[in-house]
Amino acid sequence: MTTTHETEPEVSPPSQRGDRIFAGLAKSAGLVILAALAAVFIFLAVEGIPGVNQPAETYAPLSSFLPYVGRLLFGTVFAALIALVIAVPFALGIALFISHYAPRVLAAPVAYVVDLLAAVPSVVFGLWGARALAPQLVSVQAWLGEHLGFIPFFAGPASVTGKTVLTAGVVLAIMILPIITAISREIFAQTPRLHEEAALALGATRWEMIRYAVFPYARSGIVSAVMLGLGRALGETMAVALVLSASPVVTLNMISNTNPATIASNIASSFAEATPAKLSVLIATGLVLFAFTFAVNFAARAVVARSERKFSR
Amino acid sequence: MKVTSIRQALVPGVAVLALALSACGAANDGGSDNASGDSSESAGSTDGGSLSGTLNGGGASSQESAQGAWRAGFQSANEGATVNYDPVGSGTGRENFISGAFAFAGTDSALDADEEVGPATERCGGDVIEVPAYVSPIAVVYNLPDVEGLQLDASTIAQIFDGKITTWNDPAIADQNPDADLPDTSITPVHRSDDSGTTDNFTDYLSQAADGAWSYDPDGVWPIQGGEAAEGTSGLVAAVKAGEGTIGYADESQAGGLGIVSLKVGEEYVEPSADAAAKVVAISPRAEGRSENDMAVEVDRTTTESGAYPLILLSYLVACPTYDDADQAALVKGYLSYVVSEEGQQASADQAGSAPLDSELSSEASAIIEKIS
Amino acid sequence: MTTTEVTPTHASLPLTGPRLPQWAPALVGLLAVCAAGLLAMLLGWGIVAFAFLAALLFVVALPLWSVSVEGSRGAVDRLTTSLIWVAFAGAAIPLLWLIWTVLSKGLPAINAAFLTYDMRNVVGDDQGGIYHAIMGTLIITGIAALISVPIGLFCAIYLVEYGKGTRLARWITFLVDVMTGIPSIVAGLFALALFVLIFGPQIRFGFGGSVALSLLMIPVVVRSTEEMLRLVPDDLREASYALGVPKWRTITKVVLPTSLGGIITGVMLAVARVIGETAPLLVIAGKTDSVNLNPFSERMTTLPVYIYYSVTQPGTVPFDAPPGAEAPGIERAWGAALVLIVIVMALNLIARLVGRIFAVKKG
Repeated sequence: MTTTHETEPEVSPPSQRGDRIFAGLAKSAGLVILAALAAVFIFLAVEGIPGVNQPAETYAPLSSFLPYVGRLLFGTVFAALIALVIAVPFALGIALFISHYAPRVLAAPVAYVVDLLAAVPSVVFGLWGARALAPQLVSVQAWLGEHLGFIPFFAGPASVTGKTVLTAGVVLAIMILPIITAISREIFAQTPRLHEEAALALGATRWEMIRYAVFPYARSGIVSAVMLGLGRALGETMAVALVLSASPVVTLNMISNTNPATIASNIASSFAEATPAKLSVLIATGLVLFAFTFAVNFAARAVVARSERKFSR
Repeated sequence: MKVTSIRQALVPGVAVLALALSACGAANDGGSDNASGDSSESAGSTDGGSLSGTLNGGGASSQESAQGAWRAGFQSANEGATVNYDPVGSGTGRENFISGAFAFAGTDSALDADEEVGPATERCGGDVIEVPAYVSPIAVVYNLPDVEGLQLDASTIAQIFDGKITTWNDPAIADQNPDADLPDTSITPVHRSDDSGTTDNFTDYLSQAADGAWSYDPDGVWPIQGGEAAEGTSGLVAAVKAGEGTIGYADESQAGGLGIVSLKVGEEYVEPSADAAAKVVAISPRAEGRSENDMAVEVDRTTTESGAYPLILLSYLVACPTYDDADQAALVKGYLSYVVSEEGQQASADQAGSAPLDSELSSEASAIIEKIS
Repeated sequence: MTTTEVTPTHASLPLTGPRLPQWAPALVGLLAVCAAGLLAMLLGWGIVAFAFLAALLFVVALPLWSVSVEGSRGAVDRLTTSLIWVAFAGAAIPLLWLIWTVLSKGLPAINAAFLTYDMRNVVGDDQGGIYHAIMGTLIITGIAALISVPIGLFCAIYLVEYGKGTRLARWITFLVDVMTGIPSIVAGLFALALFVLIFGPQIRFGFGGSVALSLLMIPVVVRSTEEMLRLVPDDLREASYALGVPKWRTITKVVLPTSLGGIITGVMLAVARVIGETAPLLVIAGKTDSVNLNPFSERMTTLPVYIYYSVTQPGTVPFDAPPGAEAPGIERAWGAALVLIVIVMALNLIARLVGRIFAVKKG
């Protein structure tokens, strides 16, 4: 960088040259990010595309790529959706608690604790989920199978070890809770004070104030928070690998011992003994996962952008 | 422009970090307080403990624990030597050995006679060396309180894992265990969810010994869709412990606290043990059409020999008879001789619960390794 | 929630409706816990069922009381308030439970030797340690931060100061958001694919792990820095321009120092986020028993990878161990998990302190 300084003749004042360099630096940093994303895609494609067409035994117990990745993708989406259904109400509740309900002395520590959850390594979540949480959930799932067995989700027979997709969903929910909470908390807190006070002054209860002043303002932000949480849940690896009793199957049954595997956990499970042919298959499934999360995020952004336009109109 | 600025920041940063840290190795690296000192005098008997340099190998993850013990013994005897073992999987291990990336490889299945022996021989410039190094009995473990010493034959085990026998008081089980008080609990078979040599050997055993009750090909990936699965040996053992009426398969050394099935061999029932596992290796025929450096064994899963336990995992080490670099050759020779020696086998038995090779196999392997130059 | 005494000066409409006393939620909560506890004890339920019932009773009872006193609007308010409190309590349980599990299982493993030994030549239940893994974690994460912070910082500066409203900036903003959703294992596979292409199939080194981690870290740094830069009031920038200070000097001398605290907080949180990653390091940084301080050659172990391998290769339970004892690897894994959580907590605390000291003065 310094060389350009010395070689350039003194035509313009130095400040402008500094400006150009600085702007160039900033812009190239942005371009580096674009390049990195493109590189991720290209390298995964180069290494992964041969994996689409490998000998049948590579895809054991199935025989070709599409059913193989299809079932994994189903499992990935299924586990992530369970996690979302559990996590979103809690996350929004906690976010509101921190931004509007909690006594001042409590709000900051709670926010800290929730952020801390985000930093607990996923291996630890996996260990805890498999060895502490799963045994506790055995009886809950047995109860669900007994009393709600008519719902396909709880058809049973309930697993005796508790290592089901429902348990994995609970663990995933705890893991994505912080990201959804953190973002929606920020957005709730940004609600214009005047709107809130106006609502209260009109005699609204606190809930009515939140419903009519905070939520409309925060809607797009909540959508994006949920989508980011979904992205996290889709890509979570170690925790699912350790918790889930997985097979390449498609089933809606959440409490039996036969559960759909997820792409990321399958990569972690198969990586250690993978032959080069299998490795390319795994990278190909990784590419599918990347493309899928990309699509989810893209959709989320589009939704947010549209509702933002509507809101500003 | 960006890249240079990162690099400029990075290089001195790393240098400073490395300088600051180079003074502080781990406190147990001086070797003075290390507990493996007992093997340090004897392990180097073949070479006087003078070896130094780095030896890189890798392959089967099943050997990892044992490799840890061997590394420890060998490195304590030869302070200047470092051995790295990459648990990258048998297939990748063989591949990397043939390509030259690994000086030696560990593998759960012998080099393929048609496709791999040729290239490997070419790489080495001589008949490739393949010696058994790690024998581990695989136990069929179950969790049924009050039922001890369950006895089963291969065909019954196959039907249990295939979902054909679903309750513990099934006549097929009861007939073989007249004394046991079998409950009517349903059976939950647990299998490995990851790709593993243990699964490969278990399914191989079932497909050969179960008289047609097992219709799947042997594979490292569990061939049946559905059923309870768990990640890794420890995950499987934890899952079997967690549920009642569960049954699974795991390295015998990890089966602590669980019921262990005795397998029907011939007319009697045999518990997994190091001796019984070593015995089956000793009586198994050699693979045909191999060079004299190649000790590949066809494990005799259907043996009727008294006191043999045919459900084992047999893992090999693969090396070259000659290396371009004399130091490298000396390292490989020293390390492999230690591995197949009595101390080496005892070390892995203590650490990984493997079955030591019997003295005949051990000395044959040593003789082959002596040829390395 | 204060009950205001209305002094009836005019005997017309009261300014406030009737309210439940301030201690009503506490009373209902106590009663709910007692009732649920009694039932649980009588019927022999587990702790899960008890907690669930207590929460349900609380959520139902308080609005019912409220609807009779305060009317339906007040009751709805009570209902949501109690739901939110229950959500908070419900989320606190798993965290406390998790921390308790790690503490109770991890503490026995930790001693001075555990922190200063590595695992070289450690067999069975010999005293092993995690020194190599701590060092690996610090080096790999440190380099990841060295890569991500400049890129993330400059990218945020571009987005806020230079590219505002341009098509490129909009695309970058969008793609940074997409990047936050990159699954960590995909980042690891990318680093693996990249370096295998360059160095051949056997390559495993710490720097590769740093590259994978920075892929995960950059978007977090960009997002938080961007938010912080936007918080800097335009008045400050304009004042600086008015004094004839060029834009880049304004950024380095006015904007960045003003938002420094927030930026540091964001960076620390990003570090805390990636320090616990396992999957990408498993595939690219590999694993070793020995201390390796050189990120550019050979394998490096980090704490999460160490935990993972200790769990999957726990070794054998020693013969003389008491019944029920776990394999030595499992014990070390919990100890390492505790150390990792403590490191992350410490980073979080430091980040928050730094953030507080240097906080942007708003308004």
